This record gives sequence, structure tokens and C-alpha cells, in this order.
Amino acid sequence: MLTLFIIIPLFGAFVIFLVGKYSKNISYFMGWIVPAFLSVLALSLVGTKETLTYQIGGWVQPLGITLVGDGLSLFFLPVINIIVFAAAVFSIPYIEKYTSKWIYFALFLVMQASMNAVVLTGDIFNLFIWIEVGGLASYALVCYKVEPEALESSFKYAVLNSVGLLFVLFGIGLLYAYTSTLNMAEIGRILHERPNLKLVGFVTVLFFTGFGLKSAIVPFHSWLPDAHSSAPSPVSALLSGVLIKSLGIYTLLRIMFNVFGFNLYISKLFIFLGLLSIITGGILAIYQKDMKRLLAYSTISQVGYIIFSFGLGTPLGMFAGFFHLVNHAAAKSLLFLTSGAVLHVTGEREMGKLGGLREKMPVTAFTSMVGSMSVSGVPPFGGFWSKLVIIIAAVQAREFLGASVAVGISIVTLAYYLKLQKNVFFGELKPVWNNIKEAPWMMCFSMILLAILCIGLGALLLPGVRAVFITPAVNVLAGGMQYCNAVLRI
Amino acid sequence: MIKKPEHGMTVIVKTVTRYTDVLILMFGMYFIFNGHLTHGGGFVGGIIVALSFIHVMLAFGKEVALKRVTERIIKLCVGLGAISFLLIGIIGFTKGAFLYNFFRKPGVDYIGEPFSLFSSGIMPLMNVAICLAVASGFYAIFIALVVYKIGKRR
Amino acid sequence: MVEYFLCMVLFCLGLYAILIKRNLIKIIIGLAIMEYAMNLFFILLGYKKGATVPIFSSLTEPHPEVMVDPVAQAMVVANVVIGLAVTFILVIIAILIYEKYGTFDIRDVNKLKG
Repeated sequence: MLTLFIIIPLFGAFVIFLVGKYSKNISYFMGWIVPAFLSVLALSLVGTKETLTYQIGGWVQPLGITLVGDGLSLFFLPVINIIVFAAAVFSIPYIEKYTSKWIYFALFLVMQASMNAVVLTGDIFNLFIWIEVGGLASYALVCYKVEPEALESSFKYAVLNSVGLLFVLFGIGLLYAYTSTLNMAEIGRILHERPNLKLVGFVTVLFFTGFGLKSAIVPFHSWLPDAHSSAPSPVSALLSGVLIKSLGIYTLLRIMFNVFGFNLYISKLFIFLGLLSIITGGILAIYQKDMKRLLAYSTISQVGYIIFSFGLGTPLGMFAGFFHLVNHAAAKSLLFLTSGAVLHVTGEREMGKLGGLREKMPVTAFTSMVGSMSVSGVPPFGGFWSKLVIIIAAVQAREFLGASVAVGISIVTLAYYLKLQKNVFFGELKPVWNNIKEAPWMMCFSMILLAILCIGLGALLLPGVRAVFITPAVNVLAGGMQYCNAVLRI
Repeated sequence: MIKKPEHGMTVIVKTVTRYTDVLILMFGMYFIFNGHLTHGGGFVGGIIVALSFIHVMLAFGKEVALKRVTERIIKLCVGLGAISFLLIGIIGFTKGAFLYNFFRKPGVDYIGEPFSLFSSGIMPLMNVAICLAVASGFYAIFIALVVYKIGKRR
Repeated sequence: MVEYFLCMVLFCLGLYAILIKRNLIKIIIGLAIMEYAMNLFFILLGYKKGATVPIFSSLTEPHPEVMVDPVAQAMVVANVVIGLAVTFILVIIAILIYEKYGTFDIRDVNKLKG
């Protein structure tokens, strides 16, 4: 069952690679049917009580590669697949004007496979390999429009991420030398029996460098605005919505909480880097003139919120982190897709040159409004509830400084999203844009889907829904070392 | 081929290539079909096979190398190699697990014996699949670089 | 111990090339050097003095104690594949950058700011 999440996208990608050149409808069909099927499958797995494990090739536990489906993995799977589905449907009309569409969809599906595999795998070297595969697909997708800016940002992204992942590899080598195993649960068990603080401290720093680069926490954020602003818009939506969450934040959480065990130093590090990201991303976003670059800086700031609330270490903080993660995934993908619709229709990214598009593109304007309000935290939408829970959790954990920073930057967030709305969708319609039309129906479909998600995700706060979706993930993180016992079945 | 001085390198290089190229190809094949016994296997053998093709291209020029083995065949081979590897894995589902050794019978040890290809289960099949993907992929990237540079100069 | 030290020196040399050099191709070479340093590190982890290749000739008399560690070597092969792919994609991006900008110097490749 768990292998299907890896096999089906890879199979789709290879089929597209074989026949996609001769028939573009096959690549379109594969491009949306695979994520749709996997979303249904992932939603059907939600609510599983016990820890699912799968041994690849029938090898016994610490030797072979294990796939682990516990609460944390099963929480991430639907988020990834639904957003990939929305982005895939969106990209069918979006990439009409480019050549070699089949390569785009093949890479898209490889990226989906890698994200699913990263979330599912229980083997630390396998995790590294899948992160590299997803990274490779995203380097190629970022420079898919062969423009100077895209090439430059892709080069920067590729070099920075490869260096970061080499640090991760160094850490994996040190862990392997100490524990002589690659299974994460087994590593956790051995580190628990024979603690070695020097090794764990050094490896923590190495992993923070590598996975911090992937998740764009502030000292390592410099690739993100370039890559996100120059990629095709559905790819930016994927990068910002799920790639940095599954490849960066998920791996950080899994290794720091379940393998090394959460302690005070890691907590302080999470809180410090999170606050730094919140402030830097928020302040820098105000000054941006480019629409997608503004959204990219906003991503840094919101990732800071997520990291900060996980760093609190209380169950409420973890719940707030997951809640904000899923809200941000939906809302930020929606915003990138709306910016893609604007870009598709007008071909312009500078906010100063746009204006008054609300009359011409009502669906885009409405969905963009929903996304903006959700990210900046205006009451009926999901983002408000998650920010509220983050602030409550911070106050409960006696992080008054963090709570006040979170409140302050949330006002700044509202400010720059209002700037985006005012400059793009409200105000006077410039005469240049008099004969533009609404985006094609496929784009509208995926935007409306994500907008409904944005509004509906506030329901995750209700106790019944919360117990099914988020509480298992929180239990896995709060359980810490029990992950090892659950996987190894001791 | 050897009488066309305008394509490729000098006569010495071409003559030497004609004799050594087959040996390089054989060496790669040896790695692939002996990969279940000693070190080596699909990736290493595939790289060597691709190098033998690159050798031909460097010595005789692009036109000669791409006359029989066209770019289309190479791209087809990349996809075929990848998809056959996945299919071998999927066949393992019939006996219990993904990538399971479906030749396995209870009581028989699959540790591999010389001169017996299927004595170690599905590993030779996977080696061949990987070789197909790696060799044609490596060669395709090389062709992409070469063709791209020539196209730019014009 | 000295070989681990030399391995880390190689790693730092690659990092130096990435941080200091201004030519795109030299940056790619620096990345490749870092990858080789990591591969060397893994081989050193699995090495045992006087040990043989890890090939089981029979299951009745296995001698795993006189063999080097095969898992580290398997990881090196996987890492080589990944490094090859990263190097290829970087080289292709560098060639395209040369076509668009007409230079390999990163001081002139600066359309993105802020």
C-alpha cells in the first residue's frame, strides 16, 4: 500500500518519457490523473491508528529499506498530493506557450514521487537520495523557461542546495560510523542506549545547515526568492507549498524529534531561527515591487512561524505548527497560482504596472483575496485560527518576546498583502489591460479548489476533525523516542 | 569511414579506435553480466558501454556515430530501461513485496555461481535494466552537449 | 587518523573554490571536489586494515570479519550517481548562461537583485 505512493508517480513519469513526445494528451492525462488518484488514496489512509511499515524486497527490519507510515507521514501525504493535483491541473493551460511539455510533466511526477518517498521512508540514506532526486527535478523545473533570470536563480539554487546536502551526507556518515546502521529507528534506539552528546551536537549542526537550506530558514534563505520568483508559477506553488515543507521541515522534525530526541538546545535553536525568519522575511517583503518575489519573502516569514511554534515543544505548539503548515500550504499555493494566472493573461509581474484587474478577472481577484486574507490572518479563514493558536501556545510556554514578535509581524503581513491587493486587483484599470480576459477554466478550477480549502481549513480546529487529522501527528512528535519502538515493534 | 578525413580525427586514431572500441564494449558487458558475482553491475557497466559509444563519436565524428544509433533510439532506451526496472519491481508484488526476488524457492540459497546467470535471482535482470538506462542516458546527455554546441556555432 | 584529516582538507578545498572563485565552471569543479571528498570519507569509514573484498563464496563458511564494509561502498555508488546528475545539470545550466550572458563570470551574471 505505501509503495504505491512512490511507484505510481514514477511509472507515470516513465510512461510520459516513453510516449509523451508523440502524444501530448497522454502527458496531460497522466499529469492530472496520478495526483488525483494518490490524493484519494492518501485521504483514505488518514485516521489509521497503528504504525504501518513495509519492508522493500522482503528484507528484515534493520537491514532493508523500511517504509514507515505513522501519524506524521500520513498527515503530510494528503497535503502533498492535493496541492500537486491543483498545480498539475493549473499547469495544463499555463505551459501551452512553452515547448517540450512532456518533460515538464515527467519532472513534475518525479518531484511528486520524491516528496512522497521522503515523507514515507524510514532509512536515512534513502531519505538523502530522495531529497537529491526531488532537488534535481526542481532545479530543472526552475529553469524550465530558459530565460536569463531563471538560469541564474537555478544555478544558485542548485549549488547552494548541493553543498547543503553534502553536509547532510557528512552527518549521515558520522552517524553510520557510530551506530553501524542506516535505519532511523535503529539509530534512534542506539543513540538512546549509548548517548554521545558531542556527536549528536555536531550532527545536529550539520543537519540544520542542510535541511535549513532546504526549508529556507533565515541564514540559509537567499536562494528562495530568486528561485520562486523566476520559476513557472505552478512550480513556484509546489516549491513554496509543499517542497520546502516535505523536504525541509518534515526531515528536520523527524530527525530532531524522533531520532535525536528533543532537548532544550534544539528548542532554543528552533525558536531563535524561527523568530529571525519571521522578522527578516516580513520586513523584506514590504519593499518588494515584484509580485512573486513578495510572495516568496512572505513564505520565508511564514516558515518562520511554523519553525517557531514547533520549537515551543508543547503539544499545543506542535498542533499550531501543523495547523499553520497546512493553512500556509493551501493559501500560498493559491496565491502563487493566482499570480500565475495574472502572469499568463498579462505577462507582467511588476505590481506598479498592473491595477484594477478585479473587473476583468473576477475569479482570480476573489481567490487571491481569499488567499491573502488567509495568510495574513483575517478571522473567518484558516490562517487566523492557526496564528491565534500559535500566539496562545507561545504565551503558555512563557515566550512573551516571541508572541509579541508574532503579533507585530502579523500586522506587517496584512500590510504587504493589502499592498498586493491594492496594486494588482483594485484601483484604476490601466488602458493597456482593456482587452484581457479571465484565465482559462482549468486555472479557475484549481484556484477555486484551493480557495475552498483555505476557507474550509478553519474547521481543523474543531475537536472531532482535529482528532482525525492533526492529533496523530502531534502524538508522534510528542512521543519522541516511541517512534523507534513503534517501527521496530519492540 | 576511415577514408573521409573531413570527419573526426586522424587515420591513426580511427584505426586504433576500430580495434579498441569492441574491447571496451566487451569489458562493459563483462561488468554487467558478472555484476551479481563480483563488484560492478549495471551502473558501472553502463558507464563503460556509454564510453565505448562516446569513443566512436570522438574518433569518427557526430554524423557517423549517429547514423545507426539515432537519437530517437537512445531516448527510447532510457525510458525502456527505467520502466523495465520498475516492472521487475512490480512483478515482485506477486510473491509478496516490492522488488522481491520472484525466482526464489524455499530452501535454495541465491548467492550466485559463476557461469549461471539466474543463480542470484533478479539481480542480473536489474543489472541489464540499469545498464540500458544508464548507458543511453549518459550517451544522450553527451549528445545533447555536443549537438547544442554545434547548433550554437551555426 | 591522518587520512580523515586529509579528507577534510579536500572537503574544505572544494568549499573554498565554491566560496571564492568567480568562474561558474570553477564553482562546478569545487562542488565535484566536495563530492569526491565525501566519497573518500565513506570509503575510509568502511575500510579495515588487511581485509578483503566483501564477496561470499559460500554460505556455510562465511568470513564477514575479514571483509571491508560493503554498505559504505554501496552508498558511495549511489552518491556518485547523484553527483553525476548534479554535475550534468549544472554544466548544462552554465552553458545556457554563457549563451544568454556571454560570460562565465558571476560578477556579470547579476540580473537578480534584492
